Amino acid sequence: MASSSNSYNSPCAACKFLRRKCMPGCIFAPYFPPEEPHKFANVHKIFGASNVTKLLNELLPHQREDAVNSLAYEAEARVRDPVYGCVGAISYLQRQVHRLQKELDAANADLAHYGLSTSAAGAPGNVVDLVFQPQPLPSQQLPPLNPVYRLSGASPVMNQMPRGTGGSYGTFLPWNNGHDQQGGNM
Amino acid sequence: MKESSRKQGAASPCAACKLLRRRCAQDCVFSPYFPADEPQKFANVHRVFGASNVNKMLQELPIHQRGDAVSSMVYEANARVRDPVYGCVGAISSLQQQIDVLQAQLALAQAEVVHLRVRQSTNFPGHGLCPDSPSSSGSPSSKQVSPQDNKGMFSHMDIVDEASLGESMWSC
Repeated sequence: MASSSNSYNSPCAACKFLRRKCMPGCIFAPYFPPEEPHKFANVHKIFGASNVTKLLNELLPHQREDAVNSLAYEAEARVRDPVYGCVGAISYLQRQVHRLQKELDAANADLAHYGLSTSAAGAPGNVVDLVFQPQPLPSQQLPPLNPVYRLSGASPVMNQMPRGTGGSYGTFLPWNNGHDQQGGNM
Repeated sequence: MKESSRKQGAASPCAACKLLRRRCAQDCVFSPYFPADEPQKFANVHRVFGASNVNKMLQELPIHQRGDAVSSMVYEANARVRDPVYGCVGAISSLQQQIDVLQAQLALAQAEVVHLRVRQSTNFPGHGLCPDSPSSSGSPSSKQVSPQDNKGMFSHMDIVDEASLGESMWSC
């Protein structure tokens, strides 16, 4: 991997895009390989190379890969949807959470109803061994698009973020699953 | 009115021009969305996206879409400032995990509902006298109403689906 940043090898996607020499200490080289030119093109268009350089320099080295992948995801979302970016995906997911919570509440109401109904029947010959297994979520009614609350909710899953290449982030595109509008792959 | 006030210098510059230390022109792209009394709003957007990038992105959009674009960029910039590693992707991941948990719980609850309905219907033929059961209609000893019960359950579920939830995306 270190050899990929040498001057006699091909430059990284960033230096190729910016038409400059890829130095051994290039901060982009580990995360923007030359075979993924679109990844950097999107990040550069939305965030700007100097902004990304500043952002990466402020992070610890072991955090930069996740940061680049999340920036690439957001940049691609912004390129696809210049108005809403990845906030459109967040809004879609929030509506999903809201809908599922309502369905769960209705199912729990059904369970309560049948529990009372069975006990009201007073059938002496039967052993009523009802176990109410469902556990409703703690009362986390999600306020719509509140950055502070949204991010505090995000922190428990910080360690569980997938650490693959940009390709693995394709699984995080909600409209690939829920929306039929988008064609799909990059 | 705006012209005269701007030319006279009575109007203060928008938050963007104030931060960038430049003159706020009459046709400033930022001024409708970054008022002077919200300096942090533009500061975060400038830090994450860069003023020239935001300017370019707004210029490429029709005017009636720029407000939403600014709101979403403000949201993303705030998320990135608070979490420089994951930004909005952290929120997306959290929501996806919540969906997984809710779907699992819903599947359990629905399976339990079906189980209780089947048990209730199969218990009735064994007893000739069941006048107390409120959910039974007619003579239970001669009925096998499982399919109808299933229909009832699903038709009940259909009521829960809301096609038009509130479209208010911005609550900043």
